[in-house]
Amino acid sequence: MTKANYGYKDGSGEYFITIDTDLCNSCGKCIEACPESVLEMAENELDPLGDEIIAIVSEEHRKKIKYSCAPCKGGEKKELPCVKVCEPSALSHSW
Amino acid sequence: MITAGIDCGSKNIKVVILKEINILSTASVLSGFDQEESAQQALNNSLEKAGIKRDDIKHITATGAGMEAISFADDNVTTVTCDGRGAFFLFPSARTIIDIGAEEGLVVKLDENGRVKDFGINEKCAAGAGAFIEAMSRALEVNIEKMGELSLKSTKQIPMNAQCTIFAESEVVSLIHQKTSKEDIIHAVHDAIADRNTSMIRQIGIEKDVALIGGVANNIGFVDAMNKNLGFELLVPKDGVAPEYVSALGAALMAQDKIGG
Amino acid sequence: MSNAESEKEYWRWTETRYTNPDLNWENADIISAGVDVGSVSTQAVIMLDGEIYCYSSMRTGSNSPDSANNAMDWALEGTGLTLDKIQYVVGTGYGRVNVSFAKRAITEIACHARGANFIYGPEIRTVLDMGGQDCKAIRCDQRGKVTAFLMNDKCAAGTGRGMEVFADLLQVHINDVGKMSLEIEKEPEPVSSTCVVFAKSEAVGLLRKGWPKEKVLAAYCSAMAHRVVTLLSRLGIEEKFAITGGIAKNIGVVKRIEDELKLKAPEPNIDPQIAGAIGAALFAKALVEKERKKA
Repeated sequence: MTKANYGYKDGSGEYFITIDTDLCNSCGKCIEACPESVLEMAENELDPLGDEIIAIVSEEHRKKIKYSCAPCKGGEKKELPCVKVCEPSALSHSW
Repeated sequence: MITAGIDCGSKNIKVVILKEINILSTASVLSGFDQEESAQQALNNSLEKAGIKRDDIKHITATGAGMEAISFADDNVTTVTCDGRGAFFLFPSARTIIDIGAEEGLVVKLDENGRVKDFGINEKCAAGAGAFIEAMSRALEVNIEKMGELSLKSTKQIPMNAQCTIFAESEVVSLIHQKTSKEDIIHAVHDAIADRNTSMIRQIGIEKDVALIGGVANNIGFVDAMNKNLGFELLVPKDGVAPEYVSALGAALMAQDKIGG
Repeated sequence: MSNAESEKEYWRWTETRYTNPDLNWENADIISAGVDVGSVSTQAVIMLDGEIYCYSSMRTGSNSPDSANNAMDWALEGTGLTLDKIQYVVGTGYGRVNVSFAKRAITEIACHARGANFIYGPEIRTVLDMGGQDCKAIRCDQRGKVTAFLMNDKCAAGTGRGMEVFADLLQVHINDVGKMSLEIEKEPEPVSSTCVVFAKSEAVGLLRKGWPKEKVLAAYCSAMAHRVVTLLSRLGIEEKFAITGGIAKNIGVVKRIEDELKLKAPEPNIDPQIAGAIGAALFAKALVEKERKKA
């Protein structure tokens, strides 16, 4: 269980997407499911001496995750497309 | 019947004095550290402009972040309700109201009768509100009233990475060192704050017509950025009442409703 | 810069360099280096077979590619060692892509965990790094490998920059903030807003109400400590717990974090601000060893 938390906390709240890098099987389905290109495949940053490619939140979106994910979060509490499509349940949202 | 609405904002206290459906006068005073005193001042200024006395006002309704501090108000009504009431009065076709103030942003959804059916608040982070533009205007040494027109003169789109007002100040300073034109920087500033607010509006759901109120609506650069983001023109109060008074107008109208005026 | 001008720069913390007098680079097998280019400060650390030989810590300034070169030059000053003799340089930090002489860029999360492991020892499982423009919470194992992390570089509250803004506002030198914040009789209520912009307005109000500077600083350090602890709690805190980064030198914040966690963070005997660069230099050494195995 190795948890990468991407996002931030500011005056208005805490917003993190958590990806368990051990559970991620590099299938890439979450990248396809996300309408805002928040996720991408890249080298596992936490293991610089290894060669794994896994899902990460792109650098561009880490600091505005609340805004990037807002379109999927409106309306009734429906399942987020990225979480729904992840078979090993490696991905979760904190808000 | 004459009523008054007092919008106790984080930066400015706005007053609107209303006689039935006619605005007699408006006034605005900096909130400062003693909101009640500033509210009193704003009310006095407004009375003077209208040429009436305190006793002529039959009911005072307060709204805004600091409404509890106004002990001389007859009642308080939430900003969400007052925003809806005031905006719908000006624009009966409005179904989504966006209110961007000094420290917070609100989105209010109305039904065809002008009643609030949903809302969202974006608060406690200066980067989504007027405080962001104000801080940038200081960093750029540009008068805040000029920010809008300067942004429209921009010729190049430049990215702004910082999502925090404090970090954006440093980023602006470093852009100036790199000889980026002020107009381009200001345009990027407006794009950034418009993007943040557009995302939050999308979360609530956009239903036309969309009205924009609150002090930041005076900024033509920001309005332009919002129009571009949404792909259509927002309704912005122009003649008759300035956008920062719409909440206080709503409060004054609520007061009218209360006393059956 | 004239003396009068530098007097007004309350945020200007002390830049440092150091050479280990007991080591000689000519006897070293692997000479590796790490350069941590942050938004506020830049550090360069040169290691001989995994031991610190020399280092520098200076302000990044407005030109981040230059700062990597400047930090490296200053670190090497007086040692006789030159850049071409360093076998592998790893860049890290916000400006890691701007280290032109680095062979590889590695994220600061991994580097800070390795660096903390080096500074504080293999018992460290939780690291809190409070940098110039970010705040990181890292869980690691006994080798300094990351098992969980959380980084906040979006918001100034809880960062060095936020502290600099306050130091400037209250006209207190940044080195004195921590000490002064502890010179109070009773711990005041923390400033209510975690947004630095709003906290500033609040602070002005408190000063007008007659609060002494010490009390206002205490209120802000308290708010910062609390904010950082809630971030850390999201990861869960496992002992031993250590603090790195520039703010580790602010005893006002450190003590309040310790009080809230009811844990004591060990005192570093190496400048905690160079943790990232140390980690980078250690990765550089490991990469040299990896290359040799392949050959």
